[in-house]
Amino acid sequence: MKKFTYSTAILDAYNFLLKNYPEVFVIGQGLWSPWYVGNTMKDLDKNFGKKRIIDTPVSEAAVTGAAVGASLNEMKPIVVHPRMDFMMYAMDPIINQAAKWSYMFGGQSSPSITIRGIINRGGEQGAQHSQALHSLFAHIPGLKVVLPSSVADARDLLIASVLADQPVIYIDDRWLYDQEDQLPEAKEINLESINPCILREGNSITLVGCSYSTFLLKQITKKLIKNKINPEIIDMRIINPFHSELITNSVKKTGRLFVLDGGWGPCGISSEIISSAVENVEPKFFKSKPARLTLPFTPAPTSKVLEKEYYPNEKKILNKIFKIFENNL
Amino acid sequence: MKDSNSKEIDSITSEKEINIDNFSRDELLEMLSKMILIRNAEYKIAKGREFGLVGGPVHLGVGQEAIPVGISQYLNNQDKVFGAHRSHSHILSLGIDLKSFFSEILAKSSGISKGMGGSMHLFGGSVGFCGSVPIVGGTVPLAVGTALASKLKEEKVVSISYLGDGAIEEGIVHESLNFARINNCPVIFVVENNLFSSHLNIKLRQPKKLTYRFAKANDIESKVLDGNNLTSICKTGKEFIRRCRDGEGPFFIEALTYRWFGHVDWREDIDVGINRSADDLKYWKKRDPILRLKKSLLKENYFGENHLINLEKDIQKDIDNAWVDALGESSPEWNESLDYVFKSNYK
Ligand SMILES: Cc1ncc(C[n+]2csc(CCOP(=O)(O)OP(=O)(O)O)c2C)c(N)n1
Repeated sequence: MKKFTYSTAILDAYNFLLKNYPEVFVIGQGLWSPWYVGNTMKDLDKNFGKKRIIDTPVSEAAVTGAAVGASLNEMKPIVVHPRMDFMMYAMDPIINQAAKWSYMFGGQSSPSITIRGIINRGGEQGAQHSQALHSLFAHIPGLKVVLPSSVADARDLLIASVLADQPVIYIDDRWLYDQEDQLPEAKEINLESINPCILREGNSITLVGCSYSTFLLKQITKKLIKNKINPEIIDMRIINPFHSELITNSVKKTGRLFVLDGGWGPCGISSEIISSAVENVEPKFFKSKPARLTLPFTPAPTSKVLEKEYYPNEKKILNKIFKIFENNL
Repeated sequence: MKDSNSKEIDSITSEKEINIDNFSRDELLEMLSKMILIRNAEYKIAKGREFGLVGGPVHLGVGQEAIPVGISQYLNNQDKVFGAHRSHSHILSLGIDLKSFFSEILAKSSGISKGMGGSMHLFGGSVGFCGSVPIVGGTVPLAVGTALASKLKEEKVVSISYLGDGAIEEGIVHESLNFARINNCPVIFVVENNLFSSHLNIKLRQPKKLTYRFAKANDIESKVLDGNNLTSICKTGKEFIRRCRDGEGPFFIEALTYRWFGHVDWREDIDVGINRSADDLKYWKKRDPILRLKKSLLKENYFGENHLINLEKDIQKDIDNAWVDALGESSPEWNESLDYVFKSNYK
């Protein structure tokens, strides 16, 4: 089987969708550019034409709104925002319009739009070019929020998002792009059936992450095992709707919970994961308090020196987890 | 000729010398020095980026120096200036201290944004520079807001909003134009139209290559200028700034120009495949705002070649010294960064 990377898997999803579904088109900034979206959209304009791969003016609000409109006219647009930060101009079409549309009209009309926001941080780009805002969207009823962490998910969840009949925020992370794996044939999965999954079974602690955080959790597995910690690792994959059962069951088994998130703590997905565990798991099951590691509650700094302090790394994660076992009963 | 240079653009810009009637020798010398300083400082940054001394992305404005220099000439430190991602020239033209400027580019805590911002987040309260940020269009309503405040406070203060032909595509800009007009805000929108928004030529993004039509639509008085002609920028800048102070704003200036470097960092981007070629670059380098001014000055015998050579040498020495000094400065501490989140945290 040919090796794929996370980014070429995304490209594969586009190829699959554009080939099989004439109602799919892609719109956003930088789609004809060699720079904007890595190789996730390479040559799509050449292969499918500039009519279906539309590079746009710097007009996020209008472009996103127009895509919502197109989806109300039987098309399946994918809007690309090469940085999530730029999506902030498009909050009205996303949050007031797309997310509410079905509800407001009693389910008679639903925008089948996919909005792809790319997390693209680091590289000393600072506060307005570094935000991982998945939790913000997960707060909104009516928006599905999908965060693939694996190569296969990068492709299959994009396909599932586009084929779904509702607004989906699909968030990919540039820090995952070079991850390599084998890629089986493309699958059409019903988005409704997407749940968190257990990446590794274990019995001494439940580790939960999504997107790049899941990748970091996988990275530290060996070190944990060396320290006689046998972790169960859960990849969220979709954070709205929030599925708590798998985590609940896992925590009942392991008695410990650690959440890693690349966003901020307050009112974020890590808060949701921990509160749902506390609500759903009887206190007697807990061998230790749930814990989490998130970004410090500051905007992203610019300088390399501060960036090093800012982002979670192996050492910080391990220290947090070891602390959980230190406080062991 | 090349695609990016239509007849319309040709008729506005030119490679001819610049008309320097009505300007004093000292004034022209001051502005020429500023333009050379800006250009050579940017070349320094370009090298620093290429060799890895500068970390984050840098958006260089080499070729566009005449616009902010011509505008800044008539501003004072009370005026409010906002920029965007390509704003080295905007803040340097206001006379910011060069070493503190370089320190910021190098993310040192002695920098103008305390090392928290780098090239894309510049601040210079002492010279009236209110901030530049990389969200395209983001500062345009803020400039309208400072102007509104000046009007409410009955101060004769002007706000300047620098934006690009790309930024003009953002909805918030149009809301801002209308709002500024209906409230008579003393703000001047200065569009540096360099025909590109990153990789895309304006003709692939807009039905016309000139953006002043948006000012017309909002009933704002506007002028389209050769952005590589210092004295023509000066003339309009001076007039609009004076009239703003007299309560006549807002105004809109569209200055046609071109960036010699690519969108970001030190490369020229003549290979991005979308209407930017080596020939285009050559065409625009003939319209070099600095060279054209120099030629006029020499022709009118304002000073001799030697004078110019010495001037450049002195400026370069200042740049080299400031750069070396900045390199020796220290980086910000992590705790400091926590303090800056809210002003109330700041000791
Ligand atoms: C809201 C937003 N959308 C997109 C971008 C990406 N971007 C950065 S600079 C730029 C080009 C802007 O062009 P223009 O305003 O003409 O300024 P120039 O680069 O030509 O100086 C774009 C699209 C961004 N930074 N912010």
